Amino acid sequence: MESIKDKVAIVGMGCSKFAEHWDRSAWDLVVEATTEALEDAGVALKDIQAAWSGTLGFAGGQSLAYPLKLDYIPIVRVENLCGTGLETIRGATYALIAKAYDLVLCVGFEKTKDRGVGGLGSGEPMGGVHPVFGIQATPPGRYAIAATRYFADYGAEKKHLAMISVKSHYNGARNPKAHLRREITLDQALNAPIIAWPLGLFDCCGVTDGAAAAILCRTEDAKKFRKDFITVKALGNAAGPGCGKMMTTYDWVHWEETYRATQQVYQQAGIKNPRKEIDIVECHDCFSIAELMCYEAMGFCEKGKAKYDIEAGTFALNGEVAFNAGGGLKSFGHPVGASGVREVYEIYKQIQGKAEEPSRQLKNVQLGIAHNQGGHPGTFMCSMGIFGVPGR
Amino acid sequence: MVGIVSYGAYIPIYRLSRDLPWLTWGGLPVGGERSVANFDEDSITMAVEAGNNCLQGFNREEIDGLFLASTTTPYKEKQCAGLVAEALDLKRNIRTADFTNSIRSATIALRAAMDAIAAGSANKVLVVATDCRIGMPSTEYEQAFGDGAAAILLSKTGLIATIDGCHTHYDDIMDLWRLDKDNYVRFWEDRFIVEHGYLNNTAEAVKALLKEQGLKPADITKAVLYTHDARRHQQVARNIGFDYKTQVQDSLFSNVGNTGAAYALMMLAGALEEAKTGDKLLLANYGDGADAFILNITDGIAKLSPRRGIKYHLDSKLALMSYDKYLRYRGILQGYTFWENQSAATISWRDRRWNINCRGGKCLVCGNINFPPQRICMYCQSKDQFEEVRLADRRGKLFTYSKDNLGPSLDSPIILCIIDFDDGGRFYAQMTDRDPEKIELEMPVELTFRWMHSERGIRNYYWKCRPLRGA
Repeated sequence: MESIKDKVAIVGMGCSKFAEHWDRSAWDLVVEATTEALEDAGVALKDIQAAWSGTLGFAGGQSLAYPLKLDYIPIVRVENLCGTGLETIRGATYALIAKAYDLVLCVGFEKTKDRGVGGLGSGEPMGGVHPVFGIQATPPGRYAIAATRYFADYGAEKKHLAMISVKSHYNGARNPKAHLRREITLDQALNAPIIAWPLGLFDCCGVTDGAAAAILCRTEDAKKFRKDFITVKALGNAAGPGCGKMMTTYDWVHWEETYRATQQVYQQAGIKNPRKEIDIVECHDCFSIAELMCYEAMGFCEKGKAKYDIEAGTFALNGEVAFNAGGGLKSFGHPVGASGVREVYEIYKQIQGKAEEPSRQLKNVQLGIAHNQGGHPGTFMCSMGIFGVPGR
Repeated sequence: MVGIVSYGAYIPIYRLSRDLPWLTWGGLPVGGERSVANFDEDSITMAVEAGNNCLQGFNREEIDGLFLASTTTPYKEKQCAGLVAEALDLKRNIRTADFTNSIRSATIALRAAMDAIAAGSANKVLVVATDCRIGMPSTEYEQAFGDGAAAILLSKTGLIATIDGCHTHYDDIMDLWRLDKDNYVRFWEDRFIVEHGYLNNTAEAVKALLKEQGLKPADITKAVLYTHDARRHQQVARNIGFDYKTQVQDSLFSNVGNTGAAYALMMLAGALEEAKTGDKLLLANYGDGADAFILNITDGIAKLSPRRGIKYHLDSKLALMSYDKYLRYRGILQGYTFWENQSAATISWRDRRWNINCRGGKCLVCGNINFPPQRICMYCQSKDQFEEVRLADRRGKLFTYSKDNLGPSLDSPIILCIIDFDDGGRFYAQMTDRDPEKIELEMPVELTFRWMHSERGIRNYYWKCRPLRGA
C-alpha cells in the first residue's frame, strides 16, 4: 500500500448559504456552491474533466450534469449516508492519483425541506425499510439510547451535552453561512423541549438545505491555480457490520466505526498525539452525544473522561483543539450529502485565514480532521479525512 | 373421556373507569372499570398471550390443533388461527380454524375440538377465544364491553377437568350484530334482547343439560355463566335456581367487562383457578343459541403449575387516564400521521420465522444468539452454522433506552430499548404496557407479541418488550 499523503490538492472551494431554502431548489444550491468554487480556483466549468455528485436524494450522475450543464464528462453519484460528501473527495483523490484525470469537481448537496415534514425520516436506505424490525425509530431516538447508557456508565449529565451545544451555537453564530445563527445559554439548552429523552431540542442538529463544492488536482499542478492550496493527508472509511443493536458485546458508550476510521487516518498521516498535532476538528455532531463520544473515539480524551474536557472548555474556539469551529452540524446545519464537503470547506478557509468573521478565525491552523458517521449507533458507516498545509 | 389439560387467560394492562365515557356522553352510568386493549393490541395479539400462558410447561410439538374463536379477527378473508399458531410456535402439520361471527364461537370451537379428540383425529387441541369489540360511542355497550382472551388445552389424558356432558341449541334473533363494514356493535332494545335472547336461551340450555345429566342446580359447585351485564347475571342464576352468592362464578363485569367471544372461557379460567378436586362446574355460553357443559374437576388440578390466568392479570394494571386515549387506541379518534412504514408481503413471508415465531439463530460454533437470524455469525463469522431457538419466552434486563417524542406513535413517547436476555442474546425492541416515568436501566422485561402498523391492508405483527408483568 502506498501513502496518499500530500499527493492531491484542493485548489478551490465553495459553499452555499445553509438554510431552509423554501424558495430555492437543489439545483440552485449546486450552482451557487460550484460557482464559488470555480471562481476561487480561477477555472471554468469546461476545464473540469470528471465530477463526483454526493447526495442521498437524487439518483445518477445527471444530478450534477443537469444543473451545471456539464458536457458529457464522467460523473458518478456517490451515496454513503452521512459520509456521502467526504466520499466524493475520496473518489476524486484516488482518480487523480491514478492520473485518470487532472482536474475534477466534487459537489455534495441535499434538499431536505421538500418532504412536508421535519426530520430526516427513518434513515433507512431506499427499498430497505423492513416491515417491522427497527421501525418507527427516529435518528434522535436512536442516538438517545447511547446517551442513556453513557450517562449511567460514566456519570456525565445532560448539562455536559448542553455545554457542547452552547459551544457549537457560539461558533455558528459567528459564521455568516450557518443555518442557526443564534447563541444559546446553558439554561435554554437544558430547558428546551425533549425530543427523545435524554436529548432535548438543542441536542439535535438543524435539518437544512445546502451545497458545498471542491475542485481538486494533483499537488504538482496546484501552484498553477493558487499558492494557499491545501492537501489531502489521509482518507479513512470504516463500515460497521451493523450489529450493535443485536450483539451483547456492544457497550453503547463508544463509536467503534469512528474509532476504526480514526486509526486508519492517523496511521496514514502519521498522527501520534492528536491533541497536540491537530488544530481543528469538524466532526459529525448530528446530536450532542455524537460529538461527546467522538472526543473519545478520536483519542482527544480518555474513554469516559469527556465531561472533564467539556467543563474545561478544551474543545471551544479558544480551547486546546477547536471542535466544530464552523458551528458543526448543530448550528451550521446538516444537508446530508453536503456536510462532509462543508467540513473540508471550514478547514480550508481556516488554514487560509479566510474565516470571514475575524472573531472565529483560529490562529496558525495546519491540520484538520473532517469526520462523518452515517446510520445510527450500533450500525455506523464512518468517513473521515485529514487535510492540511502541504508538507505538514 | 375428553377434558381440559390446561388453561390460560389474558387481560390487557389498561383499565378505563367507565365514568370517563359517561362523563363525556351522559346517559346511564354502568359503573366500575373495563379492560382496554393497548393501541398495539388486537384479537390476534391477545390470543397469542392467552395461548402462550396456557401452553407454559407443555410441549408445543404435541399440539395438533388450534381453534381460534372471535368476532373481531382483523381479516375477513385470510385465516387468523394460522397466524396465532405461528406466533405460538406450533408445528406446521396441525389443524387450524377460525370460529367467528358469534359471541358463542368459543364454545362452538370447544365442541368441535372435543369431537375431534373423541373421534381420535386429534390428541391435543388448543382452543383460544379472544375479542376486542367496540361499542358505539355514547352507548352503554361502550362502557360495558371489555377486551381479553382465554385459552384451554383439551385432550384425553393428563386432565384437570373432565367434560361429562353438553347441550347445544341454535336460535335466530337480532339482538347484537354487525354488518360486514360496521365498526360498532348494533343492538335492538335491551328489554327485548335480554329476555328473549340471553335469559331464555341460557336457562333453556342449562335446564336441558341438568335434566339429561340427572342433576339439580344444587349439585353444581360453581356455575360459569356468560352474561349480558351485571344485573342479568343475577337474574339468569335466579331463573335457573342457583344461589348467586355461593354457586356462581364472578362475572368479571365490574372490573373487565363483557369480552364477547372470550367472555365465557375467561370466566371458566377464573373458576379453574379456584377449583378443587371433586368440584362440579357448569359452563353456559350464549350467542345465537346457547351451549352448556358439565365439568368435573380431577385431582390433576393440584399438579398444574400456576398459570397466568385471571387473578394474575386483574392485579396487574395501569389506569387509562382519559377517554380520548381509549378513542385513540381503538382508532376512533385519528391524529395526523406522516411516516414511511412499509408493508411487504414477501419480506414478511420470508422473515416469518423470526418476525412471528420469534426464533433466533444460535451459532453452533460459538454458541451466541443471533437475532435477527444471520447467514454469517455476527460474533465468530462462521457461515450457516445455526440452530433455531425460540426467544419469545426469554426474559431479560433493560440495557439502555430512549424516550422518543418525535417518532410516530398512538402512545407517545416511543420507548426504544436494547434488552439483554438472561440466557443470552440481545433484542432491539420498543417497550409497551409501560409508564414512561417508571423506566430504569436493568429493569426486568419480557417479550410480547404486538401489532406494529398497517399499510396496504397488511397488519404487520412483531415482538415488543414490556416491564415483566406482575413483577
